[in-house]
Amino acid sequence: MSRVDSLPSRLLWGDAVAEALSAVMHRPARALLTSLGTIVGVAAFVTTTGVAATLNAQVSSSFDALAATEVRIRDPSAEGASPFPEDADARLERLNGVNHAGVLYSVPDDGRLSPRSNPSDPRVSSTARVPVVAATPGAIRATLPQVRSGRLPDPLHEERSEPVVLLGRVAASQLNVNVVDDQPAVFIGDTAYVVIGILEHVERNPELLLAAIIPSSTERVRIGARTSDYEVLIDVAPGAAPLIGRQAPIALRPEHPSSLTALVPPNPSTLRRQVETDVTSLYYALAVLSLFVGTIGIANATLLNVIERRSEIGLRRALGATRVHIAQQVMLEAIIVGALGGLIGTMLGILAVNGVAISQTWTTTMDPRLVGFAPLAGVATGALAGAIPAVRASRTPPAVTLRS
Amino acid sequence: MTNVVDVQKLEMTYAGPPEVRALRSCEFTIDQGEYVAITGPSGSGKTTLLSLLGLLESPTGGRYYLDGANVASLNDNERAAVRAHKIGFVFQAFHLVEYRSVIENVQVGLLYQGVGRLERRTRSIRLIEQVGLEHRASALCATLSGGERQRVALARALIRRPSLVLCDEPTGNLDSSTSERVLDLLGGLNGQGLTVVVVTHDDRVAARASRHLTIIDGQLGQGSSSDV
Ligand SMILES: Nc1ncnc2c1ncn2[C@@H]1O[C@H](COP(=O)(O)OP(=O)(O)OP(=O)(O)O)[C@@H](O)[C@H]1O
Ligand SMILES: [Mg+2]
Repeated sequence: MSRVDSLPSRLLWGDAVAEALSAVMHRPARALLTSLGTIVGVAAFVTTTGVAATLNAQVSSSFDALAATEVRIRDPSAEGASPFPEDADARLERLNGVNHAGVLYSVPDDGRLSPRSNPSDPRVSSTARVPVVAATPGAIRATLPQVRSGRLPDPLHEERSEPVVLLGRVAASQLNVNVVDDQPAVFIGDTAYVVIGILEHVERNPELLLAAIIPSSTERVRIGARTSDYEVLIDVAPGAAPLIGRQAPIALRPEHPSSLTALVPPNPSTLRRQVETDVTSLYYALAVLSLFVGTIGIANATLLNVIERRSEIGLRRALGATRVHIAQQVMLEAIIVGALGGLIGTMLGILAVNGVAISQTWTTTMDPRLVGFAPLAGVATGALAGAIPAVRASRTPPAVTLRS
Repeated sequence: MTNVVDVQKLEMTYAGPPEVRALRSCEFTIDQGEYVAITGPSGSGKTTLLSLLGLLESPTGGRYYLDGANVASLNDNERAAVRAHKIGFVFQAFHLVEYRSVIENVQVGLLYQGVGRLERRTRSIRLIEQVGLEHRASALCATLSGGERQRVALARALIRRPSLVLCDEPTGNLDSSTSERVLDLLGGLNGQGLTVVVVTHDDRVAARASRHLTIIDGQLGQGSSSDV
């Protein structure tokens, strides 16, 4: 009893794809309708992701890098003398991530201070008066200053409460001081202060350009102002702001840090996360829903198609196709429809993202991987949808060709 | 010379309900190059016999040797392989892929033999010429007449170089003049050595065959054993 030594059934891969393509493409309108759900799903996905990425890029680029590296600390209950320790600069600059830090405050002037270049000048009216600011060396450096002439006060001036003054650019011209080489003096109250430098520019606290800035210990000793304007200014390394915002109050007032208020810039990554959560989760849900509907759509259409083509499938079986060959063809057809939907959806999505970006005058920012991934989502949709019809089709008995 | 077909005690019972004994203990052989007509009343089991000979179904009993190999108890994949390489079918309903061209339909006959594109093409062109359809080679099958369709089906069966061509009422959907054309083709091919089995009600179709088998109620009668 000899068994059959016949060759196996064999279907070349290229032929399988060609057969599936021709089956899908002879009805392009139907293929398009079938993939509608996938188109919508993938388009929604691409649009959501693309708009979110574009929006994020927008948020972080419009986000002021300067503000992100700045921490300010105040004592809401301060009244009278400085609420901060005299060695605030040193305490803060010891912290990791602090570049410069110090205390500064404007000194109230009821007319007795009136900075002027000549002691015998009449004291000027309050509108034209040069304001007096007291600052520690660290605070001045934390404003990221540029000096036009001379130099900044250093810790020695502070330590010795020396009568030196740094003039803002505007104040200097008001007081007719142009260079500091010949050690000009400015009179504040009845004391002569040596001008050691002129500020050309500051990145923070621009009001300093209008002011006469004296060391805070000098102010304490010679003026003894009573105010509530004290502020600690800290220039921190990028990303360190939240941490320093927590650590600085402890460094300044270990016994009661919570009595100090830290002003910390909003964290850009928190902001981004917020944008993502608020704006996009709904759209993602929508995209997933459409993909799901798309899958059901393809599954349904493919199933109908398989029933409609029962005699063709039976014929292929009669001609020697195995069940696997039939299942393979149906799967490929569903995958082609899904991929078609994925491609069209991706294109529509990119158009939509660009449309939104242009209407908002944003720059489109999209992950190129997304463009590759989205058609794959279509393929996956098709594969998922094709499974049940493929099994159904593969069960078509070849004998139907004789009985219909 | 071996028999192409050797059938012993072949049984086919369709598990109902109701249970139908469509074939009972059929025994016969078919030699290489024979032209066999199977006739009988409606419901007698002709199509059932053809579907067993073509390995579209498995018999519920008996033995079937095709080209000397026992094929009665093959599994589904093995039967598909035998169909792909040894059997050519011509159906009453043609079973063409309507949305494909004539040449593509003929090529489908080689698809599951794993024959490459180029060879498929050259062989299909030759077969299309043989059935006289070269002027319609690239026409869609949906546009063909009944006689043309059956000639495409014949080309699709023959391109496989089968051991056995099985026809179930090949002229059942054709008028008499187109029937003659198809039967002439079939007769000519048989003259070149093709083994042909035709199931039919039609005496004019049966008359073309060299041997007649009659089935009545699932049992093989002797009929007029030969015209040769
Ligand atoms: N799949 C099936 N399940 C159950 N019974 C079947 C099946 N196929 C055929 N039969 C029965 O088997 C018997 C033989 O049917 P078959 O189709 O072989 O007859 P036939 O001789 O070809 O008839 P016709 O001349 O009308 O085509 C019939 O009684 C038919 O109802
Ligand atoms: Mg029949």
